[in-house]
Amino acid sequence: MNKPELLVTPGSVDEIKKQIEAGADAFLIGEQRYGLRLAGEFNREQINEAVTLAQEYGKKVYVAVNAIFHNQIANELDDYVAFVKETGADALVFGDPAVIMAVRETTPGFPLHWSPETIATNYYTANYWGRRGAVRAVLARELSMDAIIEMKEHAEVEIEVQVHGMTCMFQSKRPLLGHYFEYMGNNMEIEKRQGTQNMLLHDEERSNKYPIYEDINGTHIMSPNDMCIIDELQDMVDAGIDSFKIDGVLQTEAYRIEVTKLYRKAIDLCIDNPDQYEDEKEQLLQAAEELQQEHRPLDSGFFFKETVY
Amino acid sequence: MNGLKNDGISEIVDGKRVIVKKPELLAPAGTLEKLKIAVRYGADAVYIGGQEYGLRSNAGNFTFEEMKEGVAFAKSYGAKVYVTTNIFAHNENIDGLEDYLRGIGEAGVTGIIVADPLIIETCRRVAPNVEVHLSTQQSLSNWRAVKYWKDEGLDRVVLARETTGEEMRLMKEKVDIEIETFIHGAMCIAYSGRCVLSNHMTARDSNRGGCCQSCRWDYNLVEMEDGEEMAITQEGDSPFAMSPKDLRLLQSIPGLIELGIDSLKIEGRMKSIHYVATVVGVYRKVIDAYCADPENFTIKDEWLEELEKCANRPAAPAFFAGTPSADEQLFGVHGKKASHDFTGLVVDYDEATQMVTLQQRNFFRPGDTVEFFGPNMNTFNQVVGTVVDEDGNELDAARHPLQIVRFKLDRPVSKDDMMRKGL
Repeated sequence: MNKPELLVTPGSVDEIKKQIEAGADAFLIGEQRYGLRLAGEFNREQINEAVTLAQEYGKKVYVAVNAIFHNQIANELDDYVAFVKETGADALVFGDPAVIMAVRETTPGFPLHWSPETIATNYYTANYWGRRGAVRAVLARELSMDAIIEMKEHAEVEIEVQVHGMTCMFQSKRPLLGHYFEYMGNNMEIEKRQGTQNMLLHDEERSNKYPIYEDINGTHIMSPNDMCIIDELQDMVDAGIDSFKIDGVLQTEAYRIEVTKLYRKAIDLCIDNPDQYEDEKEQLLQAAEELQQEHRPLDSGFFFKETVY
Repeated sequence: MNGLKNDGISEIVDGKRVIVKKPELLAPAGTLEKLKIAVRYGADAVYIGGQEYGLRSNAGNFTFEEMKEGVAFAKSYGAKVYVTTNIFAHNENIDGLEDYLRGIGEAGVTGIIVADPLIIETCRRVAPNVEVHLSTQQSLSNWRAVKYWKDEGLDRVVLARETTGEEMRLMKEKVDIEIETFIHGAMCIAYSGRCVLSNHMTARDSNRGGCCQSCRWDYNLVEMEDGEEMAITQEGDSPFAMSPKDLRLLQSIPGLIELGIDSLKIEGRMKSIHYVATVVGVYRKVIDAYCADPENFTIKDEWLEELEKCANRPAAPAFFAGTPSADEQLFGVHGKKASHDFTGLVVDYDEATQMVTLQQRNFFRPGDTVEFFGPNMNTFNQVVGTVVDEDGNELDAARHPLQIVRFKLDRPVSKDDMMRKGL
């Protein structure tokens, strides 16, 4: 049985070292100019350092180039993908086909991970992007466990699944927080809040609180709960899912490290001793629950939820 | 913009510049009735939804039989029909897709509007005569992605709503492909396709037609500080909102024509026939007036006033000139009432008696001043006189939706002209 990769999103080069000790196999990094909703901001020098460090330990680095691009940045992509290849990073993570065009022209054959988030929803389309250069599909988080396993059965590309953390529910190009403050006449307050990541939209009817923040890519609204399926990994391990991702955006380094440790243990047990995993999975879930802030409960995302339309 | 260059867009005829590349005016048609109205009021093409694979679960949505009838009707006016097939499919939607696309092909539609490569490739295989247009759901906002889809063999791309006019210019310069862009109607505040608020809040899949417009709801904004919640807004403040004003690019139609944009699209498959007739009618006039004589073209106030008659939200130009300001969102209000009520649809007109036969669409009574408008007439006002029902009984008011009523007019009208009343 293939052992799935444990992919994490570090906030800094320093954290990578600690994440390696905690058991991470691979890292998703980048900068907001090209990548979406990253846990940390890595400039070019830091990406170089990250790759060097990861390679020293036999770990992998994927660089996020998955923003929705407008002309200006689309024109910079050749330079950026050439840089990424030069660093020795293992793959580019993309959503916009402009990246395929840049890779074809600049770094043909360089491995791509298809990660358009909400719209990666069927195996045919995953394989379509596979024929265009993707070696991996990062699945939408709005899929059920059954749909994920079915995708793996039909996929000609690696399948990556997020197993923990918050997910993006909404991205607007408009600066919605800034606009609201401007409307309220609190211009002074906007400055103070630029770059802060501690704002929540309170949905009273559902008693939910959605994190909301702005960056160069616009306004992002995130899920009210953190998904966690540390107690439901066995079927996906058995199905051969290639990569499990913990998304640590808007979390602290300490939180991310502790979550990595728990999943390291869970994945190892699924492979080495499924019976023991069965016995211990409740405890693992409980340990994860203890890491949560009060306003962010854990849930199982869309893994077991029926969605209609 | 007014340069007398040989740009493929304009020519000099008898010393006067005229536009030879007239863009297609593309209108929504949620039902067969709306399709016929859109075409009669001047749409060059309409887009409709089928029974599956579209993004408006609640729209009328055409059967294959209705598609055939719609295509035949449109054809008699030289108009085209496109079918929106723009869900992001899940595994379970793959079965049945081939038959569905074959059915669309056999119905004779010109093209489909698609977001998912699954549907693009399947259509190529099973209905190769159907044009494939990339949906706005792909959030296409740069020229290299446009080039990608051109290389993939697509006939047309619909741009993301976030694209500016300048960005469109570069796309047109760099890539030889038809470009379609929205000019009017409600729009997502998120990048289309990248919003799953409905999935989270109501377990309805927004990318398969289940969107419940959570973005139009009100929220409270709070700040977390050291694990403590701090209210940002004071008692009595307007709640946080992210509801966008509707798009209205009437004033930018000349710019869009000069950019060589191929298709100008109106949003709103769920909107009424009155809305479709009004909006299509106005943009038809604007496009025709500009193309006939661009140098002497001016925006008429009456066009803007006409749009207000069916507008249920304030309007703004959105991204055409750059990222919209705070002023292009709705705070504290959720919309507005249109300035007019749609009160009747002309079913028949008898020249001998000057009597109009109307299908009632909203309350009116004798003595009301109403307005008649239509695609082939000048709008006029009329004071309603004696109103009778189908059996000739005099009515004190037309109260019942779809009731057939008659009264005398000062001027002639035609079937499918409309009657509205100022509020």
